[in-house]
Amino acid sequence: MARFAARGLLLLALLLPAAARAQADDPYAAFGAHDYEAMRAAIETLSTSGDARAPAVLSALQSGQLRVGEDGTLYLRAADGTLREALSGAVATGVDGAALKEVRMNNAVRRALDGALGGLRLFAGDPATRAAAAEAVFKGRDQAALPALERAIAKETDAGVKSVMAQAHAALILTGGTASESDKLAAIAVLRARGDLEASSLLASLTGQPVAVMSAARDALTAIQRQRQLWDIAESVFYGLSLGSVLLLAAAGLAITFGVMGVINMAHGEMVMLGAYTTFVVQETMRAHAPGLIGASLFVAVPAAFLVAGAVGIVIERGLIRFLYGRPLETLLATWGLSLILQQVVRSIFGPSNRDVSTPAWMSGAFPLGGLTITANRLTIIVFAALVFTVLMLALRRTALGLRMRAVTQNRFMAAAMGIRTPWIDALTFGLGSGVAGIAGVALSQIDNVSPNLGQSYIIDSFMVVVFGGVGNLWGTALGALTLGIVNKFLEPLAGAVLGKIAVLVLLIIFIQRRPRGMFPLKGRAVEA
Amino acid sequence: MDSPEPSLTRRALGGLGLAAAALAATAAPVIGARRAAAAAKAPSGPPIKVGVLHSLSGTMAISETTLKDVMLMLIAEQNKKGGLLGRPLEAVVVDPASNWPLFAEKARALLAQDKCAAVFGCWTSVSRKSVLPVFEELNGILFYPVQYEGQECSRNVFYTGAAPNQQAIPAVDYLMREEGVKRWVLAGTDYVYPRTTNQILEAYLKAKGVAPADIMINYTPFGHSDWQNIVAQIKAFGSAGKKTAVVSTINGDANVPFYKELGNQGLKATDIPVVAFSVGEEELAGMDTKPLVGHLAAWNYFMSVDTSENKSFIKAWHEFIKNPKRTSNDPMEAHFVGFNMWVKAVEKAGSTDHDAVIDAMIGISVPNLSGGYSAMMPNHHITKPVLIGEIQGDGQFNIVSQTPGLVVAQEWSPYVAETKELIGDWRAPLSCGNFNVKTGKCGGAAK
Repeated sequence: MARFAARGLLLLALLLPAAARAQADDPYAAFGAHDYEAMRAAIETLSTSGDARAPAVLSALQSGQLRVGEDGTLYLRAADGTLREALSGAVATGVDGAALKEVRMNNAVRRALDGALGGLRLFAGDPATRAAAAEAVFKGRDQAALPALERAIAKETDAGVKSVMAQAHAALILTGGTASESDKLAAIAVLRARGDLEASSLLASLTGQPVAVMSAARDALTAIQRQRQLWDIAESVFYGLSLGSVLLLAAAGLAITFGVMGVINMAHGEMVMLGAYTTFVVQETMRAHAPGLIGASLFVAVPAAFLVAGAVGIVIERGLIRFLYGRPLETLLATWGLSLILQQVVRSIFGPSNRDVSTPAWMSGAFPLGGLTITANRLTIIVFAALVFTVLMLALRRTALGLRMRAVTQNRFMAAAMGIRTPWIDALTFGLGSGVAGIAGVALSQIDNVSPNLGQSYIIDSFMVVVFGGVGNLWGTALGALTLGIVNKFLEPLAGAVLGKIAVLVLLIIFIQRRPRGMFPLKGRAVEA
Repeated sequence: MDSPEPSLTRRALGGLGLAAAALAATAAPVIGARRAAAAAKAPSGPPIKVGVLHSLSGTMAISETTLKDVMLMLIAEQNKKGGLLGRPLEAVVVDPASNWPLFAEKARALLAQDKCAAVFGCWTSVSRKSVLPVFEELNGILFYPVQYEGQECSRNVFYTGAAPNQQAIPAVDYLMREEGVKRWVLAGTDYVYPRTTNQILEAYLKAKGVAPADIMINYTPFGHSDWQNIVAQIKAFGSAGKKTAVVSTINGDANVPFYKELGNQGLKATDIPVVAFSVGEEELAGMDTKPLVGHLAAWNYFMSVDTSENKSFIKAWHEFIKNPKRTSNDPMEAHFVGFNMWVKAVEKAGSTDHDAVIDAMIGISVPNLSGGYSAMMPNHHITKPVLIGEIQGDGQFNIVSQTPGLVVAQEWSPYVAETKELIGDWRAPLSCGNFNVKTGKCGGAAK
């Protein structure tokens, strides 16, 4: 009888699908099957198995370098494209890399992987990697990492990394069920000191703890939230400055063509759009001919965009606008038509869809500053806007061309009588304004769509800024842009984006009714001219 | 699995329709094949005109130009196969320029002057609403290829895009099931599609036991470009200790700055996933997607679908457009399905007469590109599989979930009080787009 039973079991074992058996004793097999649940379980097994091959395989999985063949063999792909068999470590020869499939994940697998790698990398040589690993443990809250974490804390020499590890430790203590009450209270104090959104998220999620722990968690949460309110105000100011600097960039060119020259240029937005497309072309060219310098592409794009947009501006002035001076309504209609033509020309050349302008590495990501998250691209744009504005001011105030420009716009006949060739100055002024708009396009390509419609979304805002700041006054434009940006960003969380925008417009209308010439009206005879 | 329970009882009528559809479908190809063979190679006679009503300029050109191209490709292919009823097809392309009243004017011209046998067009709901009276007045046929908010069922429109239960609700179900999401941000652009979809989703989430405090609804204007504090708000909302997800009905140009801000502020899909209903391969083409890996989209088709139908479609598309880098997307597939359905219906009816074709359409079933057959139901919507994809570093989607069967569209949402008793069924004798099953009368909600 027993023999029959044994034979039956053997038969059953033979009948079991081969894959299922393989999976039971070989977690690596899960990466070849298209089953995310099995993959997640395999990652958890590997992270605690102590298998020397696991870190390499898991790292390759995270960076998208793990490949699987038709037969389920795993390969590691190096940066130079060479393939090695993941389990034996032997260099794979005669394998077609293109025929291999990348091992794909879903979010659940990705989370498990981040946590597992966090546990494995706690002892890495590089402090930044160790800190990132501790952060991953903090987020993953995988209790299995606790022993490793405690060993890592004991060995850690870098104070910064140690504090992140202590936070991760606190997170595990609080979410695990076994720690004593005093340990948990100490852990809450650590999280309270951390004081960010992650910490408050963890504290808010606590349930079923002793009364003393729960009340300490509540106190810590209130304290963190009170502190966050202050940081929120600082954050809104930063967002406002950032929006303001975008508005300033978009409006600076218009402050010259409309503000100084008085031309209602509805095609101003298209100059911005041309600048953005110039950035795209510059990047494509550099990618083809000088791929090593792609990080510096924006530095090439800025002068290129200035020249392209400026040249188009000069052509527009000579070909169209000079016939329409003193006829604002006709100028408005003609430049409106021109803007449609320019959009359609770009659409015909580059196609209607968005173009991919890449962001250099030094402009990506964010860094913490106290309780703020400062995004690198926004900070760069704030600095860039300030630079452009300063250079523009210097050009108008300190150069001969600037002097002539101001002379012509203030009193054309007197300037002509002094021997200034006023038609050329008109063309150059318009070119300068358009060129500055082109430079704005380089910056906007980093935060917005590079599509033929790019300019349209900024034209109304640009006129708003110039009129609000006071026509003809560059300082007014700068202050107007920053004021509108900050007011907008404080209203938005209160009223929502749609109502916030409406509220800004209503405030603006009331302001213009009270002070029709804007914040900083031009005074003197120039006004009447 | 993803078809919500109440629909089954409410759709009993529809189920019968499907059976009828299957019968009709088996008969139709035989007749069609014979006709096509009889037509020989070169089509002759006066051309059959097919209207293409997509914006080629203005804000919507970014999305709609591709649909014009795909229609030209489908028509050219059909002509190569011998045309339709032995006659050549001729595309009449007009440009409504993203201008809603102009859509109505152009539609009138297509129907009254050009006498188009069918019109393929529109993208935004507002453009569809603008042409709807024209199609109903002149008894035209419109194929509408874009996912939309539902709550509409016209005799003259065939909706080949997804209704909310074929996209939004399965996506929310996926997040609840696989990601354990308990807290929801419904973020959308401020117009009819997001507002109606969010109204349906809010009712659905509450029916599933989500507390009102765990739902945050946020609207932004068209083309919103500064997302800094909204992304920060989402982060703060997500730090209440419950798994949080964003359901995005943000439309068009606003998506690129939104996703760039997500990437820059480091909001990862493993922390707060964003599932979008208006972001496809075309929208991602203008973005670096590496920081966005893992964020989701729900569609009925992805370019990465691994079927032989899809491979040959993409091959034909690349050859037609002469650019091997061009992407394909969900509304393109909807036009592919809709056009093939129309061709079959015309063959079945034996003429391009609008009434005959409208009647012949119901029950037509053609292969879709995601594997399987899509059928035209009596409510003028089609059956579709629902796919959930995660964004990959190369701008494509990795399909992480697919409904095992096809989902039948609910044109009127059962989660909205005013419409839960309505059904649309355009077969005789009912022939009604808003039949009230409670009062037994055609004509909408009981007052």
